[in-house]
Amino acid sequence: MNFAAYFGSLNPAGLLGRFPAGIAQGIIWGIMALGVYITFRLLDIADLTVDGTFTTGGAVTVMLILAGWNPWAAMLIALLAGIAAGAVTGLLHTILGIPAILAGILTQFALYSINLAIMGMKANQAISVDRFYLAVTSRNVPMAILVSGIVAVAVVALLYWYFGTEQGSAIRATGCNPEMSRAQGININTMKVIGLALSNGLVALAGGMMAQFQGFADINMGRGSIVIGLAAVIIGEVLGEAILGKHLNFAGRLLFVILGGVIYYMIVIIVLWLKLDSNMLKLFTAIIVAVFLAVPNLKAHRKNSFGRAARNAMAETSGKEEQ
Amino acid sequence: MAAMLSLINVRKTFNPGTINEKKALKGISLNLEEGDFVTVIGGNGSGKSTMLNAVAGVWPIDGGKIEIAGQDVTGLPDYRRASLIGRVFQDPMTGTAATMQIDENMALADKRGRSRGLGWGVTAEDRDRFREKLKLLDLGLDDRMTAKVGLLSGGQRQALTLLMATLRKPKVLLLDEHTAALDPKTAEKVLAATERVVNRDNLTTLMITHNMRDAITHGNRLIMMNEGHIILDIAGEEKKKLTVEDLLQKFSVASGEEFADDGALLG
Repeated sequence: MNFAAYFGSLNPAGLLGRFPAGIAQGIIWGIMALGVYITFRLLDIADLTVDGTFTTGGAVTVMLILAGWNPWAAMLIALLAGIAAGAVTGLLHTILGIPAILAGILTQFALYSINLAIMGMKANQAISVDRFYLAVTSRNVPMAILVSGIVAVAVVALLYWYFGTEQGSAIRATGCNPEMSRAQGININTMKVIGLALSNGLVALAGGMMAQFQGFADINMGRGSIVIGLAAVIIGEVLGEAILGKHLNFAGRLLFVILGGVIYYMIVIIVLWLKLDSNMLKLFTAIIVAVFLAVPNLKAHRKNSFGRAARNAMAETSGKEEQ
Repeated sequence: MAAMLSLINVRKTFNPGTINEKKALKGISLNLEEGDFVTVIGGNGSGKSTMLNAVAGVWPIDGGKIEIAGQDVTGLPDYRRASLIGRVFQDPMTGTAATMQIDENMALADKRGRSRGLGWGVTAEDRDRFREKLKLLDLGLDDRMTAKVGLLSGGQRQALTLLMATLRKPKVLLLDEHTAALDPKTAEKVLAATERVVNRDNLTTLMITHNMRDAITHGNRLIMMNEGHIILDIAGEEKKKLTVEDLLQKFSVASGEEFADDGALLG
């Protein structure tokens, strides 16, 4: 392979030119990741519904705008659709006793059919900014950054408020210690359903924004959302803790999740710019997430492992023999 | 005067119809008057914890009836009878939310059994009230109110759990070997704190302990359980004069076997 020719073919200006659109998309993925944060970090549930609800949000938003709705009203309905989908997962889990991960997979699976039905049994539906008023579009990237940024900050503010209330505290307690929560009179099933519903509502809202930005809704647009969301959450946490350390409060954590989404998307853009095969992107993402999830365990393991115990024993024995 | 806590012929069998079937409670009846501080002893598998969990409503009972302060709670799950009950568990990890702050944990307990709306979780006024309560514990927690509970020692967490269980005066306080996981010195401190708060608020209390001496020195009444039955119930003057030897003697008479729990003997 001719490296000189390869590097010569890379265009730095092209990379810079792609950054703004990447920021807009990263913020939208960041809003999605806030939903993942609620289930994964606060409720301690890995909710796989989101792969379906992201698409649901896109499908609902596009179809309503095509029907002449105002995009914000369409996104509100998308939010409600996501809330309903999350509630279904919650009820499957709490009332019917299906393990949370499986409940999410079931809802996501069912949503594939439902999403197709929403889109009139078509795998994708395009929406042109020339014919419709859209809240965000890739045609006007600065505006898209501004609008999605405002939405992101508003969502962070709302979540900060909600999880500081009596009810929000009860959701956090449910995720942290269910037994204690019940002893304090908290109906943990209700809290889990509320948390899952809220989370999926946000994911659908983000899906609605993404569909407008890219100009279409696609049946596969939500695939891998959970992994991208986890990547954003983890990147945000690592950065936040590195920069702010102990001063990282709840609002800060949420803001860093958005930043995590942006950074994730920047990485995507750089990978694409390097002309690496974009089909490998999901593999890279999965590896990054796996590594970051594993790091805390590996760190603990290093200090407390059988291998270490064996080496210590060996060292002590040989030390005695020398004496 | 009506009883504060009544168990009427309460029965519970775990894993019925399987090879692991365990008849844990075989028709327990017990009445506690307001202010009764009852210590509960018995060997492993005697049904002590099962009885406490039945009162707490961790699972439904198979037969019988439970009343707290005159209210029939038999059909209520734990979170719906929580307004009546304060609980401290054996494991210090169980009673508090580790990733939440001390003041947030106390605010959760402050709302025990009441509706949780969209008001701010911890107000400045709450914080002042909690700080006063924490000062009484004398563990230096009153100036660490925003620390995560996970940073506290086992003893501190048990003391905090006790405080949370009694923040809103419960009709019944349930202590399930709440000092068993602590070192002897800390255990003594937590027991002393328990004694203080129970006396101050005249709390109706059920306290399980493995330690016969503790069972004798604390409370005004002592019950001993064996194989799902209450086999001994001693109160008043008779209890004050009890010795560990008496208890062992009474156990073998009542049950027809030797007391087979070394921990209780040595404790």
